[in-house]
Amino acid sequence: MSKQFPADPAPIPTAPVPPAHWAASYEEEPSQASAPPQANGMTALKPFGWAKDNLFNTPLNTALTVACLFLLWLVVPPMANWLLLNASWSGSSEACREAAGACWSVIVVKHRLIFFGTYPYDEQWRPFLACALFVAMLGASGVRAFWRPWLAVAWALTLVGMGVLMWGGVAGLTYVPNDRWGGLPITLMLSVFSIALAFPLSILLALGRQSSLPAIRTFCVGFIETMRGVPLVSVLFMASVMFPLFLPEGVTVDKLLRALAGMTLFTAAYLAEAVRGGLQAIPKGQSEAADALGLSYWQKTMLIVLPQALRIVIPPIVNQFISAFKDTSLVTIVGLYDLLTAATVATTDPEWRPYFAEVYVFAGLMFWIFCFSMSRYSQWLERLANRYTRR
Amino acid sequence: MTNPVQALNSARVRGWLYQALFLACTLAVAWYLVSNTLTNLANRGVATGLGFLHREAGFEIGESLLSYTASDTYLKALVVGLLNTLAVSAAGVVLATVLGVLIGIGRLSSNWMVNRFATLYVETVRNVPLLLQLVVWYTILNRLPSPREALEILPGIFLSNRGMKFPVLVEHAGHGWILLALVAGIAAAFAVVRHGRRRREATGKPFPTLPAAIAAVLLPPALAFIATGAPLAFDVPVLAGFNFEGGGSVTPEFTALLIGLSVYTAGFIAEIVRSGILAVPHGQTEAGLALGLSPGKILRLVILPQALRVIVPPLTSQYLNLTKNSSLAVAIGYPDLVSVSNTSANQTGQVVEAVAMMMLVYLIISLAISGFMNWYNRRVALVTR
Repeated sequence: MSKQFPADPAPIPTAPVPPAHWAASYEEEPSQASAPPQANGMTALKPFGWAKDNLFNTPLNTALTVACLFLLWLVVPPMANWLLLNASWSGSSEACREAAGACWSVIVVKHRLIFFGTYPYDEQWRPFLACALFVAMLGASGVRAFWRPWLAVAWALTLVGMGVLMWGGVAGLTYVPNDRWGGLPITLMLSVFSIALAFPLSILLALGRQSSLPAIRTFCVGFIETMRGVPLVSVLFMASVMFPLFLPEGVTVDKLLRALAGMTLFTAAYLAEAVRGGLQAIPKGQSEAADALGLSYWQKTMLIVLPQALRIVIPPIVNQFISAFKDTSLVTIVGLYDLLTAATVATTDPEWRPYFAEVYVFAGLMFWIFCFSMSRYSQWLERLANRYTRR
Repeated sequence: MTNPVQALNSARVRGWLYQALFLACTLAVAWYLVSNTLTNLANRGVATGLGFLHREAGFEIGESLLSYTASDTYLKALVVGLLNTLAVSAAGVVLATVLGVLIGIGRLSSNWMVNRFATLYVETVRNVPLLLQLVVWYTILNRLPSPREALEILPGIFLSNRGMKFPVLVEHAGHGWILLALVAGIAAAFAVVRHGRRRREATGKPFPTLPAAIAAVLLPPALAFIATGAPLAFDVPVLAGFNFEGGGSVTPEFTALLIGLSVYTAGFIAEIVRSGILAVPHGQTEAGLALGLSPGKILRLVILPQALRVIVPPLTSQYLNLTKNSSLAVAIGYPDLVSVSNTSANQTGQVVEAVAMMMLVYLIISLAISGFMNWYNRRVALVTR
């Protein structure tokens, strides 16, 4: 029965997740199968017993363990030396040239550029505050107890607050045009706005794809399949060079908004497939019962089908958010100043040019922290959803 | 006769009405956009239509599978770009699959250390944007030592800031025959497998399918190899002055793109392989053991057919993703389809045509791959009552 595996039907190409019921049972009992229970008298030898069971139980495993240890010996000491022991933590680029290890002073010197791009230096507390506000809201949204209507209000207020902080022009803040924005705020705002705007659009597209009216269905299928069939780069190119042509003469749209429009359309197509998966997981009896009660199409959709479907779709939405977050790095190709562009710009300074690795490690770590914590969160959500549906 | 107001109560009539309204709105918006575009293009003095394809492109392309010069047409430039996209995607698919399957199996290993290594790989690679990884690979390759101090990673294979150099077979008339024999061998292997299955199904007796198939593939080329007088000589790259001479080579752009795409996609493929193998219930293995099958046969006849049913659909969409992600080549200067279309669009100003053609080509590739997936799914789908 499809009822038991609600998150399964929609294959989401960017983030393949193993069927949740398997992942859950696999992770809850990690080594039950491979490690037979030990006799009580063996407790003193437990580490040995563990190593024997998990590392040296067959000749093949022994060979693999030895190979892994060799690899560790090959990689870890030089890495540790480079990353920490021989690294230079502060000072000028001359100090770095003498140090054998990594040059973390490049981060110390360039961190403002990497985080905030060309935003006026003295005003950079504003993007910092905006990002802090944003991350706090992201954290708060992860708590189930806060999943109440006021959360949407709080988000709306946050976004307005971020806009005021970034643009300024009111309350004594100087005006900063958005071609001066850069770095982390661009990455965060593009990803969250593209998901937020794509979400309602994706629901309409998913409903349209399920519709019995052929014209609407064809349009939705065509849109979804086209967007999913082409690379995001081409969509961004279209947004950046073709949108200006679409508009009447004299009307111009800013580069950031154009990229946002492109990302929104692209994300909406992928989200629509996730929502369709949720819609298909709702038993047909539900909508038949709504029909029998005499509800109209929109009453049925808003009151019966969507509330059930969207709850199932939460984990895939989080996965899609992770993809969108990673994909914002592509806007660098159409000339926007996101975190990756800022990092690349930081590596082009002649004085610090040799230390590109440190800058990229740092930028990569930023992306990794966000994506990893969100993917862990989505796995937790999936286990939670499973616990409720599995009796 | 029903009056118009009553007709509105019919779901069918309202359905037609909504659709008519929807179509009218869509057409109006489309007409508005198209007319704006035409006005804007006319104001900028840009020609429309596909005529530009037959004009001289006038730009060089760094690497090409065809012989291409700046005096060739835009059409040829775009074909060169498309071939470059397909080349890097095909190589990437093979590499990513090999790496992904190995790591996916590693994720399931009972060896704690192998397991942790595989998990570390997957969690790192999947959570860092591909573009960042590509830029890092490209920067590393670009700052490798010059050819004079090239790294010899394997005997005869050199890595330097000019790309990768490797030995190639010296061409010989016998190679055509060996290739022909190989094709014949593969055809023979298919026939052997078919025959083996028929005989097993008819008589119940096991047939040594795998050894027979391997023999069928390898024997004809081996015979041809001996018959044509063993033409096996390698052209090994040698350092001459400031660069290597001889051998084959790939550019740093291609190498960086290939490594980046394969390493990134392998992380996703590993998870697919892992979940596919986990999706086969353990009872299946036990049932196989109870029937007296050997472990190898259980894997081949029981586990793999069921796991593949789960693995292949998401795997295909990963191949599709890899092909689409190869468009990030534009960021590191590999002349793929997107990069060439972009240059053409900049030179001619015919942005709409260039972007539309680029999207159309990707769409065709996507539809072809998903068409294959649907065909495969129908073939392996569980037949239930």
